[in-house]
Amino acid sequence: MTLKPVDRRSVLQMLAAAGSAPFVLKSTVALAETPLTVGVLYSGSKQDYGFNQSHAQAAAALKKQTGIKVVEEERVPETIAAQRSMEGMIRQDGAQLILATSFGYFKPHVLEMAAKYPDVTFAHTGGVWTAGMPENIGTFYAYIFEAQYISGIVAGHMTKSKKLGLVAAKPTPNLLRSINAFALGARSVDPTIQVQVIFTGDWVLPVREAEATNTLVDQGADVIAAQVDSPKVVIETAEKRGVMSCGYHSSQADVAPNGYLTGAEWNWITPYLVYAGSARGGKKPEHYLRAGLGDHFVKNSPFGKLVTPEARAAAETARADLIGGTRVIYSGPLKDNKGNVVIPAGVMQSSSDRALDGINYLIEGIIGQV
Amino acid sequence: MDATSIGWLALPLAILGGAIRVSTPFIFVSIGELITEKSGRINLGLEGTLMLGAMAGYAISYLSGSPWLGVLSAGLAGMAFGFLHGLLCSVKRVNDTAIGISLIVLGTGLAFFLGKPLIEPKAPPLPSIALGFWSSVPQVRAALDVNALFFVGIALAFAVYVFLNRTGCGLMLRTVGDSEDAARALGFPVLRVRIIATMAGGFLAGIGGSFLSLSYPGSWSEGLSSGQGIMAVALVIFARWRSINALGASLLFGGAGALGPALQGIGVTGYYYLFNAAPYILTLAIMVASTSRAAPFADAPGELKLHR
Amino acid sequence: MSSISGIEPVPSKPLGTAAQLSVALPVLAVLLASAIFAAFVALSGQNPATVFGLIVQGGFGSSFAWQDTLSRAAPLVLVGLAVAIPAQAGLVIIGGEGALVLGGLAGAVVTLPFAGVHALPMQLLMLLAGALIGGLWFGLAGVLRQYRGVNETISSLLLSYIGIAVFHHLTEGMLRDPASLDKPSTHPIDPSYMLPTLPGVGVHAGLAVSLLLAIAAHVVLRYTRWGFALRVVGGSARVARMIGLAVNRWILGASVVAGGMAGIAGAIEVAAVQGTANSSLIVGYGYSGILVAFLARHQPLAIVAVALLIGGMQASASLLQRRLGLPDATMLVFQGLIFVCVLVADAIAQQLRETTRR
Repeated sequence: MTLKPVDRRSVLQMLAAAGSAPFVLKSTVALAETPLTVGVLYSGSKQDYGFNQSHAQAAAALKKQTGIKVVEEERVPETIAAQRSMEGMIRQDGAQLILATSFGYFKPHVLEMAAKYPDVTFAHTGGVWTAGMPENIGTFYAYIFEAQYISGIVAGHMTKSKKLGLVAAKPTPNLLRSINAFALGARSVDPTIQVQVIFTGDWVLPVREAEATNTLVDQGADVIAAQVDSPKVVIETAEKRGVMSCGYHSSQADVAPNGYLTGAEWNWITPYLVYAGSARGGKKPEHYLRAGLGDHFVKNSPFGKLVTPEARAAAETARADLIGGTRVIYSGPLKDNKGNVVIPAGVMQSSSDRALDGINYLIEGIIGQV
Repeated sequence: MDATSIGWLALPLAILGGAIRVSTPFIFVSIGELITEKSGRINLGLEGTLMLGAMAGYAISYLSGSPWLGVLSAGLAGMAFGFLHGLLCSVKRVNDTAIGISLIVLGTGLAFFLGKPLIEPKAPPLPSIALGFWSSVPQVRAALDVNALFFVGIALAFAVYVFLNRTGCGLMLRTVGDSEDAARALGFPVLRVRIIATMAGGFLAGIGGSFLSLSYPGSWSEGLSSGQGIMAVALVIFARWRSINALGASLLFGGAGALGPALQGIGVTGYYYLFNAAPYILTLAIMVASTSRAAPFADAPGELKLHR
Repeated sequence: MSSISGIEPVPSKPLGTAAQLSVALPVLAVLLASAIFAAFVALSGQNPATVFGLIVQGGFGSSFAWQDTLSRAAPLVLVGLAVAIPAQAGLVIIGGEGALVLGGLAGAVVTLPFAGVHALPMQLLMLLAGALIGGLWFGLAGVLRQYRGVNETISSLLLSYIGIAVFHHLTEGMLRDPASLDKPSTHPIDPSYMLPTLPGVGVHAGLAVSLLLAIAAHVVLRYTRWGFALRVVGGSARVARMIGLAVNRWILGASVVAGGMAGIAGAIEVAAVQGTANSSLIVGYGYSGILVAFLARHQPLAIVAVALLIGGMQASASLLQRRLGLPDATMLVFQGLIFVCVLVADAIAQQLRETTRR
C-alpha cells in the first residue's frame, strides 16, 4: 500500500467540506452570485445504454443543482478536437470545471489544457495523476469491479449449466479486474463454475458483440455478462436466446425484461459533486479519487424477477461484507488460468490496493487469454 | 459431453449461423449496388442509405407496430435517396462518386439526427423462421433460426440474374451500362434507366439497413453499421458484377466474420485481432488467387468509371 | 433543365456573363444549401438565425475560431492528397485509414532507440518512417493491380481493414508500453521530439508540413513533366505505352507517394498531438480524405480550401452542441447539403465554361 486511498469517511468529509453533498448544496451554492459552468465531454453518443450514458445521467443530475450550468459535447474524438472542445468550453462558454469522461482524453489532451489554463479545474475519468502533473487536475474512477463481484454472485446462484459467458472489449487492466471479480463472485458460490470470455477487440461493435453472445450461448453459457461500451446488443441477444444476463455501465433492465438479473452501474454524480465543490471553492481538486460501493460511486441494478431469494440474500450479505471490509475480493491464495500463483496465501489486496491497477491475468476458472 | 456443450462443433455451426445472420445486409446492399452499377453509374453512398434505412425501418416499425411496414419504409427511404443520387448525377459533368460520398454524410446525418428519440424505444423485430425444428440440439436450432429476409435475399440474387440475362428490360439495363452510344442508337431512355436503377439500388440498401435494426443485431443505435455499405461496393467488384457471385461473396463474408468470436469460443484465444480481420484477409487472398494479369476491370460495365 | 446530359446548354449570353455565372454558381449553391438547412433547423424547433450565427462564430468568427478551424483542418489536407495524387493516374485508392495508422505507428516507434538526440533529425525521421510504411502499404495495392490484376479500390479498402487489425495487434501486444494501462499505447516518444507549435498561429507545425506538401503537389502535377506523364497514364495506359512511358512504374510511383502522404499524416498525429500510437489514431481521417479529394476534384490547392471548410464546420458543430444542445449530426446534415449543392453547381459552371470557350 503506497498511497493512502480515499476511504468512505474522507469522501463524505470532502463532500461536506466542499459544501456539495446534495442536501447541503442547495443552501450554500444558492448564495453564490454567479453560476458555476461545467463542461462535459463524451467520446460517444450520450444515449448508448452504456458508459457515456452513465456519465450523461450524472451530468443531467448535476444540471439540476442550483447554481450550476452544464455545457456538453458528445462524440468528441480523442484527437486535437478534444483539446479544441475543452478550450472552447473555457473560452467561449466560460467553463471553470471540465469533466473529461473518456480514458483517451487524459494523455495528452487534459494534461496540455490543464497546463494552459491553470485557473480551470479538470477532472478526468480513469486517469492517474502523478506528481509533476498540473495541480489543477483531478482524476477519479470507481471500483466497479465490486459491483461486478455482486453480479457474479447472483449469476453463480442462478446458473444451471455452471458456465457463464462474458463479452468484453479489450483486455485492459480495468476490464480484467472486473472480469476476474465477476468470476470470483460466481466461484464463491460454486467453485466448479467456469466463465468464458470473448474479446471483441473494440469498444463498440454491435454485430460482433451479437456473434460473440451467440457463440457463448452455443458453448453452454446460461448467463451472459457484458463489458463493452454499449452492452445493449449483448443483453438483447442473450434475451432473444432465452438466457439470463448481467448488465454493465448503466441499467439495461428494460431491454431484457425476462432474463436481466442485475448489473454493475456507475454512479458518477458522487465524484462530480466533489469536483464541483472544489471548483466552486477555488480549492485544489482531489488528485486521485477512487471509491466503490460503500461511497455510492457504483451500484447494482435492482434485481430482476428471476433472481431467487437465496441469491438476493447472498448478494446483500456480500455487499455488506465488502462495505464493512470483512470481505476482500482479491484474496490469496489466487491462481491465474495458467496455473501461476498471482496472490499468495495470506495476502489480501483490498479494493484500493494500487497493485491491482496493472492487473494482467485472468484467474483460474476463466476460459480466455489476455 | 453434456447436451448443452457441443465443443469444437460450434465452429462450423457458428460459421453457418454467422453466414446466415451477418450476411443478409451484405446481400441486399451488394445486389442493390450491382443493379446500379450495371446501368453504368456507381453509388458510393450506400453506407448513408443503409443507415437511413436502418433508422426509418426502426421508426416505422415502432410507430406502426408492424416490422414489415418498417422494412417497406426503409426501402422507400432508400429509394428516395437513390432518386436523389440518380437525378443529381444526370446533370452533365457531375461526378457520381463524389455525390455518393456526400450522400453518405447527408444520410448518416439525417439518420443520427432523426434517430435520437429512437434509441430507447423498443420496436417490434422481424420474426424469424424456425428451420431447426427437427433438431433437439439447441445450438442447431439457434443457428437455423433464420430471418425471412435472408431467403428474400437469396431469391433476389437469382431473380436479378434472370432479369439481367433473360429479359428485355435487363438487356436494356446492361446496354445502357455497357455503351451509352449503343443504348441511344437503340432508342433506350438512358437517363431514365439509370435513375430507376439507382432507385432500385437505394431501395435494396434501405432494406439491408432495416435488417440491421429490426433483426440482427436488432436495435437502432448510432454505432450500428460497421461499414457494411462501403464494403458492399467492394463486394460487387469482387463478385465481378454477377448477382449469384455477389450472393456467394456476401455469404463468405458473413461466415468469415463469425470466425473470430467462434474461435475464441472453442478456446483459440490468441491473435483475435487478426482472426477478426478474417473476412478482409480471405477476400483479398481469393482475389489475388483468382485474378490474372489480364485486366483489373475486365467484367465491369463499359460506362462504369470510379474515377472521372 | 438544360444541364441534363445529352442536351448541351445553348450559349445565348456573351462570354463575360457566363464566366461571372461560373463564379456565382457555387455561391448560390451554398445559399441554397443554407436555405434548405434553415428550413430543417426551423422544423426541429430552433431559430435558424441563432444557428447560423453560431456556425459563423464557431468556425470563422474570431482568431480563436480560426485557430480551431486550422487545427481540425490540418490532418485532412494530407489524407486528401493521398486520394488525389493516384486519382491523377486514374486510380481510386480509398484505403487511407490503414496507411495512416501504420504510418503513425512507424513514426511512434522509430525514434524510441534514440534518446536525447537533437530534435530536428528525429522529427524528420518520424515523418520519413511514416511516409515509408504508408507508401509500402499503398504500394502493395499498386503492385496487386499492375501484376495480379486486382482492382485497387477494393484491395486498398481490404488492406485498410487489415492494416488496422495489424495496428491493434502490435500496439496492444509486442509494441505496447507496459505502463500504458487502460489505454494500450506504444512507448511515448521523447517530449523534446514533439513537433512545435507554429508561433503566432497556435497550431502545430504539422499544418505547415501539410500546406507545403499540398503546394509541392500542385506545382509537380501542374507544371512538370511528371504531372503530365501521370495524367497521360490516367487517361489511357495504351497511349502512355505508345509514347514510351513505363506505366507500371508510374502507377506504382503514384501509389507509393499517396501512401506516403497518408503515412505522414499519421506520423504528424503522433509527433504533434498524441506523442504515442494508440487507438485514438483511428478516427476515420482516411475516409474523410476521400470526401475532401473528390470535393476538390483532386486539385491540391482546392483540397486545402475544402479541408478548411470541413474543419470550420467541425469547429462550429462543437459550439452548436454546447450552446443549443443540438446533436453533432446537425452539422453532418448541413455538410451533406453543402457538398451536394456545390458539386452540382460546380458541374454546371464547368459546362458553361466549356460551352463559352468554343
